[in-house]
Amino acid sequence: MKEYTITIFSENDIGLLNEVTIVFSRRKINIESLTVSESEVKGVSRYTIVAFVADNRIENVVRQLEKIIGVFKALYFEADQIVHQEVALFKIANSTKLNGNLENLVRTRNAKILSVNPDFLVIEKVGYKADNQELFNELEQYGVLQFARSGRVAVSCQKREFTSYLKELTN
Amino acid sequence: METATKTENIERMKYTTEKNISGAEIMVRSLIQEGVDNMFGYIGGAIMPVYDALYDYQDELKHFMSRHEQGAMHSAQAYARISKKVGVCFTTSGPGATNVITGLADAYLDSTPLVVITGQVGSGLLGTDAFQETNIVGVSMPVTKWNYQITRADEIAEIMAKAFYIARSGRPGPVLIDITKNAQILKADYHYKKCEGIRSYQPMPKLNKTEIEAAAALINSAKKPLLLAGQGILLSGAEDELLEFVEKTQVPVACTLLGLSAFPTNHPLYVGMLGMHGNYAPNMNTNECDVLIAVGMRFDDRVTGDTSKYARQAKIIHIDIDRSEHNKNIVVDVPVLADAKDALKALNKVVSGEYRTAWMKSFKDYYQIEFDKVIKKQAYAKSDQINMAEVIRILSEQTKGEAVLCTDVGQHQMTSARYYGFKRPNTQITSGGLGTMGFGLPAAIGAQVGDRNATVVSVSGDGGFQMTLQELAVIKQYHLPVKAILLNNSFLGMVRQWQDLFFDQRFSNTQLENPDFVKIVEGYGIQAKRVSSRDDLETAIQEMLDSPEAYFLEVVVETESNVLPMIAPGAAVSDMRLE
Ligand SMILES: Cc1ncc(C[n+]2csc(CCOP(=O)(O)OP(=O)(O)O)c2C)c(N)n1
Repeated sequence: MKEYTITIFSENDIGLLNEVTIVFSRRKINIESLTVSESEVKGVSRYTIVAFVADNRIENVVRQLEKIIGVFKALYFEADQIVHQEVALFKIANSTKLNGNLENLVRTRNAKILSVNPDFLVIEKVGYKADNQELFNELEQYGVLQFARSGRVAVSCQKREFTSYLKELTN
Repeated sequence: METATKTENIERMKYTTEKNISGAEIMVRSLIQEGVDNMFGYIGGAIMPVYDALYDYQDELKHFMSRHEQGAMHSAQAYARISKKVGVCFTTSGPGATNVITGLADAYLDSTPLVVITGQVGSGLLGTDAFQETNIVGVSMPVTKWNYQITRADEIAEIMAKAFYIARSGRPGPVLIDITKNAQILKADYHYKKCEGIRSYQPMPKLNKTEIEAAAALINSAKKPLLLAGQGILLSGAEDELLEFVEKTQVPVACTLLGLSAFPTNHPLYVGMLGMHGNYAPNMNTNECDVLIAVGMRFDDRVTGDTSKYARQAKIIHIDIDRSEHNKNIVVDVPVLADAKDALKALNKVVSGEYRTAWMKSFKDYYQIEFDKVIKKQAYAKSDQINMAEVIRILSEQTKGEAVLCTDVGQHQMTSARYYGFKRPNTQITSGGLGTMGFGLPAAIGAQVGDRNATVVSVSGDGGFQMTLQELAVIKQYHLPVKAILLNNSFLGMVRQWQDLFFDQRFSNTQLENPDFVKIVEGYGIQAKRVSSRDDLETAIQEMLDSPEAYFLEVVVETESNVLPMIAPGAAVSDMRLE
């Protein structure tokens, strides 16, 4: 089993997400993270899925994803073939405990304070999952009221861009 | 007056544009535009507006009312397979819709083009657990090539065009269209335009020259080649190209279960059926050949046995239209992404080969072993009771291999596949991938509707026959001259065989106390006969075939006979047992 990042480009149709997840669930593959949003092409969704898949099965999974009507392209990558990040938001109780320590921590961790309220602060950090986790561990002493993280988003290092696939498909 | 309306209707239905007509009528006229002339189904509340619209088009669109939606589905499947059109099936919402799931799953695994239309509650009620509301789009998603819910009359024409295009193109498959009641009743402007492409769907791969060259090089240098012909040959209509390929290259051909009838069984280079209950020679020689040419087949586990011991010595070429089939079960050397017909056409320009005497002799030697140990004993049985194999052999002889055989699932299915000498393409219709008991009889109905002149024979076991025997009423009502053979061994024979071989002969729940089948069939108003003695068998089959009407023949066969040879589950193809 290896961690793979799977990128899918699809139409923005009702039910497609369901079709995509069925390919994973029928093989008993757990999805570690999933992000879906509009891509660089209007009306085309980009999925970024992280999952642990056996080396000799990843190709089959991706081909079955590509077989779904509505999916333009499915690609898979190992860690060194992509640049990836996730976003984390931390809601911290606003109390005297914070003093000046928090600002220092936020600065050294490359995070930022997004919002200050009488009762709470919201801190944002963009980074690898492990970095965001580390910041969470450090913030816990101040009392983390909420910790929300996005799934991974990733762009690939490969030369061929989706728009060129799309051109080929629509020609 | 009435005729005037009718002529008007016939004229109108050809128009592809009309203002302000009901969704139900748009639906019906979309079917006509797609060339549909026969369909199957079962009426109910949520689909009533469509059935009402059908009332005006009864001569153009023949609808066969089944007695259970599963029956309608299997009929539509067989109709599609024999007519090479898209099979169409209508049902109501809720239970009508859930009853089509088995048929969808069957059609999905066996790549059968269907458009199944299910009624749905009004769109305002969706998601409220309304009466007979089932989320059928959700339920059917894993067993359809595509599905869609129509909630507005103005989307019907476009979605129907897309549904037919998807069902029939590329690797065919079933499509489900769920249509809410309000979309059927409300009016919209109608404009029909056939679908010519979908940007996220590439059904017809372009032939890749490099792949063809690589395949040809292997084929031309092969000393012991073997070609595996799957249903892809039949689906792409490549029977002639296959024949040409074989005559040019002198490569022996074996068929998968669903590939049967893609190649004439009396051809000197035909070496038999593959798989668990196939013939001895092609299975044994799968592990002897140097080049394996798989065309339009998917290396199902019933064909490969233990994949780690499958054709390890061979270079494998895999021609398939579905890219996700390449390297799925068996890792291959030369995947060729193509329609079988296109690939064979291209190959036929560049391949050649001589008759390989020693290699062909090894097939003949294996056949002789199989003949002595199995075929002689079963197809030419001398035991007290009739063996299934002799029934099929006689049927094959009397029909000269020209009938359409619709088989159910079990021992009789494997026996039919083994002993019927198929000569014409598309003459075996069986449930391969899903192995659905109850498939055979309704399939025969669809096959007969699809080819009115064919001799259509269903072959069932006493177990499976009881799963869909209500469809006898359809045979009667529509005067279909279907011939139905029941091979009654008073057991769920195939399961009994596994209990015999792999479960220490603990015959749990496989013995059946059966009804009087002849009486039941006669109750449906169909001529019926039972035979149990070998002396009467030939005459009984002849009498059945001679009948211009539907006919049911029950043959009482050996209760505890096993289908042999057999590759035990998990064993290698070359570990086929003869006894
Ligand atoms: C719907 C369904 N249920 C159960 C099975 C499992 N099964 C496979 S073959 C078989 C026995 C079939 O018995 P019968 O129809 O009498 O045919 P025979 O094998 O005796 O020829 C069974 C139960 C199946 N294939 N399909």
